[in-house]
Amino acid sequence: MTEHERRVKAEQRERFDFAVIAGWIPPGERVLDLGCGDGRLLRYLSETRDVSGYGVEIDGDSVLGCIRNGVDVIQMDIECGLSGFEDKSFDHVIISQALQAMHATEGILNEMLRVADEAVVSFPNFAYRNNRAAIAAGRMPVTEDLPYDWFDTPNVRFFTIADFEDLCARLGIDVRERLTFDEAGREVSEDPNLNGSLAFYRLGRGS
Amino acid sequence: MVMSSENSVGVVAAQRVRFAAPLLLKSGAELPGFELVFETYGTLNAEHSNAVLVCHALSGSHHIAGHYADDPENVGWWDNLVGPGKPLDTRKFFVVGVNNVGGCYGSTGPLSVNPETGRRYGADFPMVTVEDWVAAQARLADHLGIATWAAVVGGSLGGMQALAWSLQFPARIRHALVIASAPKLSAQNIAFNEVARQAIVSDPDFHGGHYAEHGVIPTRGLRLARMVGHITYLSDSQMGEKFGRQLRHGEHKFSYDVDFEVESYLRHQGDKFARFFDANTYLMMTKALDYFDPAYEYEGNLAAALARATASFFVASFSTDWRFAPARSREIVFALLHNRLHVAYAEIECDAGHDSFLLDDPHYHALLRAYLENIAV
Repeated sequence: MTEHERRVKAEQRERFDFAVIAGWIPPGERVLDLGCGDGRLLRYLSETRDVSGYGVEIDGDSVLGCIRNGVDVIQMDIECGLSGFEDKSFDHVIISQALQAMHATEGILNEMLRVADEAVVSFPNFAYRNNRAAIAAGRMPVTEDLPYDWFDTPNVRFFTIADFEDLCARLGIDVRERLTFDEAGREVSEDPNLNGSLAFYRLGRGS
Repeated sequence: MVMSSENSVGVVAAQRVRFAAPLLLKSGAELPGFELVFETYGTLNAEHSNAVLVCHALSGSHHIAGHYADDPENVGWWDNLVGPGKPLDTRKFFVVGVNNVGGCYGSTGPLSVNPETGRRYGADFPMVTVEDWVAAQARLADHLGIATWAAVVGGSLGGMQALAWSLQFPARIRHALVIASAPKLSAQNIAFNEVARQAIVSDPDFHGGHYAEHGVIPTRGLRLARMVGHITYLSDSQMGEKFGRQLRHGEHKFSYDVDFEVESYLRHQGDKFARFFDANTYLMMTKALDYFDPAYEYEGNLAAALARATASFFVASFSTDWRFAPARSREIVFALLHNRLHVAYAEIECDAGHDSFLLDDPHYHALLRAYLENIAV
């Protein structure tokens, strides 16, 4: 695969992720995107869903990207929580493929459901069939959704769909909806912890 | 000093305007007419939609960019920001710099003659506040035919003016750039200001602020005030890097003369400042800082104070700024968020402390450039 093909593929994949998330965001909502990168998800949501959104990002170059994209952004470290953000001040809070790169998993999930009514979380499933195969063959997996070598990955938490749902149960967080997809982007219905490469959740508390 | 540089606005000239109508001040006092000196760079477009006001901080002036024909060494204090092709691009924007009321660079201030007495105001110059400066700047905007600023930009005390603009004249400002600033001073900030003021007023040459009539200047007090202020503008790490414990004479002299290079530096900064800055203006500027607190009339609730604002905001702080630390900028950011206003907030890694806002750190300038490029005119 050439670099160009790789980029095109990544962009297609990204558009796909964005579309899944956008499907859960009613038009006109207030949205907070944690680990928002250069703000392209928020830009997509504001273009397709007319949301008013803010991004949170720690990386300076990504903050610059947000400003270039005309996206509202706050540079801070979400590992330290979301103090300053008021309770239930957003309709949705999103963390798109960034939770696995954070240490304070529990704290972040709790904070997300403090500042918003509902959380949208997406992450790569480490128990995906191809990842298991790689491990079985004695190698750390490198796939579409886990595109890094073990020595330069930004990911610090390696968890599966089953692990994540256990944690949610322990934190009293309700899984309102789950969608999983394989590497080709096909929705998975059977045994998602084995067949799903990427998982998307709608999470909430109480009703 | 090397004369700048490509992208300079080149030779500039200050202008002066007189406003005959009295200015009612926040203190309740009245200024019976006043003059402002200002400079402009770039061209006001036909729609008058590309005007940007740059507000100065404690010791700044209307001279933001370029240099004077008869004084080529005198380069504007934010020349690295303002010019053709620079982040605040004068090919796009019409940029205005103004010396605030009470200043000592030509606008009406303590050095001016009081029309009621025929003598210099000196200590009788009424106390002016950030809000009074903004009111005076609004008169200048009227004079220039600027109904709405595309942006008001400022660092430190200048940032407070940008914030105040968004509250006093929400319909007249589209973007506020509030850099290395704070929504109010902390007790520690006020304490440093008070040390500076006491240094000035306790100088035997101060004469209750009427030193001009005695033909003297309280240079010793001003010098000390600047020295203590200057320490708060720099970071510990930067001072350490710049001076460390370097010795003037290569050995300990066991005297009270300059032993360490940092002492020499501070003395130099103090001397330089005391030669040109007016002591009464310095006192007043520090008081304007102390009094600034938009939340004061809202029981300390900054979010409530900012409810009037409609502008979009760029807020930036610097990692090693301990005078107005990043947490102070975050207070502004979250109050804006509460009011659902547009805000971009950057916390910039820079080791130069509070004064970082005056430097041309590449990341900092890239942020400013990106934000300003997206402003429609």
